[in-house]
Amino acid sequence: MDIKREQIRTYIAENILFTNKEYPYSDNASFLNEGILDSMNVLQLVMFVEKRFGIKVNDEDIVPENFDSVANLFAYIQRRVGTPVHA
Amino acid sequence: MCGITGVLNRVDAPPVTEATLRQMLAMIRHRGPDEIGIYRDEWVGLGNARLSIIDLSGGQQPISNEDGTLWIVFNGEIFNYLELRPELEARGHQFATHCDTEVIVHLYEDYGPGCLSRLNGQFAIAIWDTRNRSLFLARDRLGIRPIFYTRNDQQLVFGSEIKALLACPGVNAEINHDALDQVFVYWSALSPNTVFNGIWEVPPGHYLLAKDNALSVEPYWSLDFEVDRTAQPEQVYLEELEALLIDATRIRLRADVPVGAYLSGGLDSSLTTALIRNYTHNRLDTFSIAFADNPGFDESAFQRRMAAHLGTDHRVVQCTHADIGAVFPEVVWHTETPVLRTAPAPMFLLSKLVHEHNLKVVLTGEGADEFLAGYDIFKEMKIRRFWAQHPESQIRPLLLKRIYPDIANLGSLNNTFLNAFFKRGLADTGSPYYSHAIRWSNTARTQRFLAHQRLEEDARLPLTVPPGFHRWSSLGQAQYLESTVFLPQYLLSSQGDRMAMANSVEGRYPFLDYRVVEFCNRLPPDVKMPGLREKWLLKQIGRRLLPPEIWQRTKRPYRAPIHRSFYGQHTPDYVEELLSDSALRESGLFNPAAVAQLTHKATNGGGLSETDEMALVGVLSTQLVYQQFVKTFNLAPYDTCSPAKVVDRVTTEIGASVAVGK
Repeated sequence: MDIKREQIRTYIAENILFTNKEYPYSDNASFLNEGILDSMNVLQLVMFVEKRFGIKVNDEDIVPENFDSVANLFAYIQRRVGTPVHA
Repeated sequence: MCGITGVLNRVDAPPVTEATLRQMLAMIRHRGPDEIGIYRDEWVGLGNARLSIIDLSGGQQPISNEDGTLWIVFNGEIFNYLELRPELEARGHQFATHCDTEVIVHLYEDYGPGCLSRLNGQFAIAIWDTRNRSLFLARDRLGIRPIFYTRNDQQLVFGSEIKALLACPGVNAEINHDALDQVFVYWSALSPNTVFNGIWEVPPGHYLLAKDNALSVEPYWSLDFEVDRTAQPEQVYLEELEALLIDATRIRLRADVPVGAYLSGGLDSSLTTALIRNYTHNRLDTFSIAFADNPGFDESAFQRRMAAHLGTDHRVVQCTHADIGAVFPEVVWHTETPVLRTAPAPMFLLSKLVHEHNLKVVLTGEGADEFLAGYDIFKEMKIRRFWAQHPESQIRPLLLKRIYPDIANLGSLNNTFLNAFFKRGLADTGSPYYSHAIRWSNTARTQRFLAHQRLEEDARLPLTVPPGFHRWSSLGQAQYLESTVFLPQYLLSSQGDRMAMANSVEGRYPFLDYRVVEFCNRLPPDVKMPGLREKWLLKQIGRRLLPPEIWQRTKRPYRAPIHRSFYGQHTPDYVEELLSDSALRESGLFNPAAVAQLTHKATNGGGLSETDEMALVGVLSTQLVYQQFVKTFNLAPYDTCSPAKVVDRVTTEIGASVAVGK
């Protein structure tokens, strides 16, 4: 599967930040510290990951180590999908 | 209950015309459909649209003192007028009517602004003193009744609603961007701001005095959460609270028309209704909202249980998503401010139901959550402070699940993440805004739709706290913030006065009797909320008066559906029109691309978050405010406003004509 960080950035920009396609943070910016997500948005992001990348996100996986930045989420998806990735 | 309005000339200028006053009154005729009254002289014009409740035949306004040197127009009720009157008579005052309005004018004659401390009521007052040509405007302690004003070098213009001011030549509506920023943090503009440039409210517990070219706004009462030093046994507090609530309810039944009650199915309104039932023996009409197509918001089973328990004549308005969407423009015409919730809309439909059954007055339960500690935000504050003592604890944050079971039950949302949200600013326990920081920060996320974004902290700066604040308990501090921002600016106005008065219905609030409020604020915090048990004292009273399934209920916030009201089976035409790219560009208030993405998400059923929903209502209601007040402002026909009483001192000298039935 072809996975790009851009897909994550664009999804958050269009559906959570409403900034068109522009993601105005660095990939390492913390979703929590920067106020990028609220509690409901985390759930929304989980649903996006499951649907777009066809993986089942286990409850124990929903932790800041996996879901608190574009970089963390990208690495998590990469591990779960287990395919080569184009950054 | 009434609507009032007026104009004071601050320089030599032609007298305010009767036509102008009638036009201003026409805009607020819903507040007082029964009769119109006008006072005019060379300097001032006063107007009153009356909803007759006390002394139906004799209480026509404006009313004067004995020698016609003081003239009053008044909106509200003075519930202790029967106690004040004999005292004034003993001081030599002669009464011409039997209404509460006249008590105020005689009290003012004797005590000036100091008279306000004697009044137990809900009021907006305007008194013109012909002796020194001063205009006195005053508002009740907690902000139950509104009064707005604007001024320039020539005039001071005031009224119960902003639309009355806008009907005065020379007064125009422009959006105040700073105030709009505040709405998207606090759910309202912060007093004395309104969302219109140059239009302010007289803050709760304040009076305004305009004399010569000077104008001052002064407080006469303020909330104080200093706790009594001598703790009493709980039983003593309980007995005093019950006695106060009984008396607060009793004097709020004073009316020459029937009084009904709202019954939400929760503890507070059930208790006020039970008090009415227990201490009066008249027929009692009760009114409720049901959400037929949204069981998640519906409480009708509890409402029916209470109505049956008390034997009331109970009526219900069934409120659907489509109903909310349909009435929303009219709702915003009455709120005169953007709102981030649709909850006022069902209240509008509820007062309509009351009006259709020919009632003018209802008692309701507002105020108990603020002053007897019912809100989850108080529990959240306690848990976070408890947690902050040991920030690494994994156990303490689990208490949050007790107040946010809906969030905790989301299943796939891991505790670690949930805790992380509530850990933001955890150590900042010295902040005066500690209790509300997370709420405001979450709401401020809606600011991303504004065309001119501000930093969250900038918008928060205008909110100041009083000097004694840091001595109060943490619960008292949280109660103060809740009772000075959310209560008067949203709950009592957008969801309270405006929705009831839109249909000529007066709400009365026993829990907002100032004696009850002052008593509650002196209580030790642990008596109000021991541990995480909300409204503990009130539940002890409820235990004796209410069925167990009512007084033991977990508090449920009053909510109304949002996005399905606008993007359900049918999207109202105005929604698409006002959220269109061209309409957004015209108002210039929002980022059209961002709003387009939000509406796309709403249209596609993309599961709007809480923030998204607030933003959707906020943008839509702001666009409605812009359309109805800024872009166009339609004057109501004023030829139906034929005054029943005119005091015209422009053409006749002071001390002369009073024309009744003109």
